[in-house]
Order: sequence, then C-alpha cells, then structure tokens
Amino acid sequence: MNVKTQETNGFWVVRLEGRLDIGNAAQFEKACLEWIEAGHPRLVLDFGGLEYISSAGLRSILAATKKVKPLNGSLSLCSLSGLVEEVITISGFDNILTVYADVAQATAGEEK
Amino acid sequence: MDVMEKTFAANMETIPDIVGFISENASSMGVHPKRVMHLELAVEEAAVNICSYAYEIPPGEVTIRISREAEVVRIELSDTGVPFDPLAADAPDIKSELENREVGGLGIFLIRRMLDEVHYSRSGDRNILSLAVRYGEK
Repeated sequence: MNVKTQETNGFWVVRLEGRLDIGNAAQFEKACLEWIEAGHPRLVLDFGGLEYISSAGLRSILAATKKVKPLNGSLSLCSLSGLVEEVITISGFDNILTVYADVAQATAGEEK
Repeated sequence: MDVMEKTFAANMETIPDIVGFISENASSMGVHPKRVMHLELAVEEAAVNICSYAYEIPPGEVTIRISREAEVVRIELSDTGVPFDPLAADAPDIKSELENREVGGLGIFLIRRMLDEVHYSRSGDRNILSLAVRYGEK
C-alpha cells in the first residue's frame, strides 16, 4: 500500500493506494496514531486509490477514530468505491463515520 | 484445472500467499472480478481466524482447496486445530455507537453477507469451512 499525506484547510488528508489488510493494518494504525500525536487530529482518509479493505483495516480505522475523539478531532472517509464501499456499508461504518464524495467536500468544513 | 489444493503454514505472514492462491485460481476458473474480491476478503478473514484460534501450540497448517463446480466456485479451508465453529459466534452489532464498537466478529459477518454459501463442519480431526460464490457478477 502507498500512503501520501497532505495538509488541506486544517485537515490531514491521507491518500491510500492499494490494499489495507492484515499485512499492513497494524502499521497503518501506528502511522495514524503518530499523525494524531504530532498535532493532526482532523483526519480525512481518501480511499480513492484503495482497492481492498478487510476487517483488519476497519479495526485500524476504529482505533484512530477513538483516538481523535477526546482531542476534539475528527476522522472522515471519502471517495469510496467498489469493494471498499461495500465493506464500509455492510459493516455499518458509514453510520459511525462521516463519508464524503471527494476530498474537496471532506476538507470544506467540519460538518457535512 | 478443476481442483487446486495447497497447504500453508497457519501464521499471519502466509495470509497474503493464501489470498494470492485463491485470487489467481478463482480468476482462471472464470469468476467475475468483483466476486474474486469477495473471495479474497472471505479467505483473508477465515485464515486470520484459523491463525488466531485453531492451534494451541503454533505453528499448525491450513489446507486450501478450490474447486470448480457447475454453479459455483467452492473454497474449503481445513485445519487440524481445536474444534471451532466460527459461524456459531454472535453477529456484531453494526448499529452500535462508536464507543461500543468492537471489530471482533466482523470478519465472519462480512463473509456471510458477501458470499453465496458458507458452512462449517467438523470431520474427524479437521475443521472445514466451506465458502462458495457463483461465477457471475451477482
């Protein structure tokens, strides 16, 4: 998986490309916690290039979400498609996280 | 080939190889790419379960078999670990709030929702989890 980060309008935008699975979820979770601790508690995960996510990936997102909450931060998702969109919907993660159509919407403001 | 079978060490490091084995063979058996992804996900989730719970003294082994049937492609994961029916676990509460969210059980829930057939059996000293999808997109 490739990960690129960029700060936009006060949001820490993380673009993931490839697969978020049992092989790299723990590493991704660690990276999220480091960004949060480094002063980026408003995360936008851009899944535009993500092809695959398993429950291990969901677990890493959940851990990061629990971390930003007490810091008054946020974690939202954007640009879901294909299997990734299916997994997020079936698991009900679209009920606990805000999902935006694209990065521009996700970084436009705090509320949808 | 109508049936392919391979045995892997049951540890987290070999899971990408197991997923790759399924992906390659399901594709060459003519499964729709979208359904191949469903199989990859199901096999990852099932293999993680086996690697986590099946063997009290690791490492054990897991045998993966993929076969072409008339209506479906079937995958069987079998291990000689402790008897364990992953389908007997309670479904997770996917409506619960963030604070109460647990990801345990979600893997099996995804398998059930995405595949056309899922069942577990104990045969002799083996756990067998059988998974199947139809060939087409739906």
